[in-house]
Amino acid sequence: MASKIKVKVKLKGDVAEVKSLMMHPMETGSRKDPDTGATIPMHHITQLTFTNNGQQVMVVNCSTAVSRDPFFSFSFKGAKAGDKFAVSWVDNTGGTDSTEIELA
Amino acid sequence: MFIKAGLGLAAMLAVPRALLAAAWPENAFASTTANQAMSALFGTDQVTETSAISLGAPEIAENGAVVPVSVETTLENVESVSIVVEKNPRPLAISFEIPAGTMPDVACRIKMGETSNVHAVVKTDKGLFSASKEVKVTIGGCGG
Repeated sequence: MASKIKVKVKLKGDVAEVKSLMMHPMETGSRKDPDTGATIPMHHITQLTFTNNGQQVMVVNCSTAVSRDPFFSFSFKGAKAGDKFAVSWVDNTGGTDSTEIELA
Repeated sequence: MFIKAGLGLAAMLAVPRALLAAAWPENAFASTTANQAMSALFGTDQVTETSAISLGAPEIAENGAVVPVSVETTLENVESVSIVVEKNPRPLAISFEIPAGTMPDVACRIKMGETSNVHAVVKTDKGLFSASKEVKVTIGGCGG
């Protein structure tokens, strides 16, 4: 399945500005289905990992209080064109997604 | 160049599981008060207010389901940046682990159930520091 993570990295010298948007329902577990009244089970990303050439540059631990289709941005030093930048997440149901881009 | 859907096997292997960070801090996220969450996450809830942290958040959030929050600090040797929403049912919203080389300048979007103080808590090698801001919420974002 194609990844549902979008990631853009802008290089400014050796600083990489990362912006990433991913598709995930981020259900809190306290919301009810408006039609049936049944509680929608909790379903949220727990941990996101960003790596550059295999080295961790950011780990994000998320609760259900992160908005649906989460967006994150941050910057790190020591990046250069040609680096392999990867994003991956796991959720509380064991779901995962990942993507990789080459910095340019 | 925006997304490369095809992920080679070599790329998968390039991120060995051993590199993955510490486990997701379940107890901290399950805590129902801000102080409990801090104690569970950091081992202490003693924080120092500082103007060296800039917490970006709207004065009024029309939609509590999507509240843009950003945290930036001039503090050195930052280890993590966490966002705590005092009046959310589970106050700890998110925690960024910042390795050396990554700038303590992060942004994300969070949910807020009601008007509340929002705290940015920055952990450095010198302890815990925070900055706070009240965000007024017109429509809550926690559902139910």
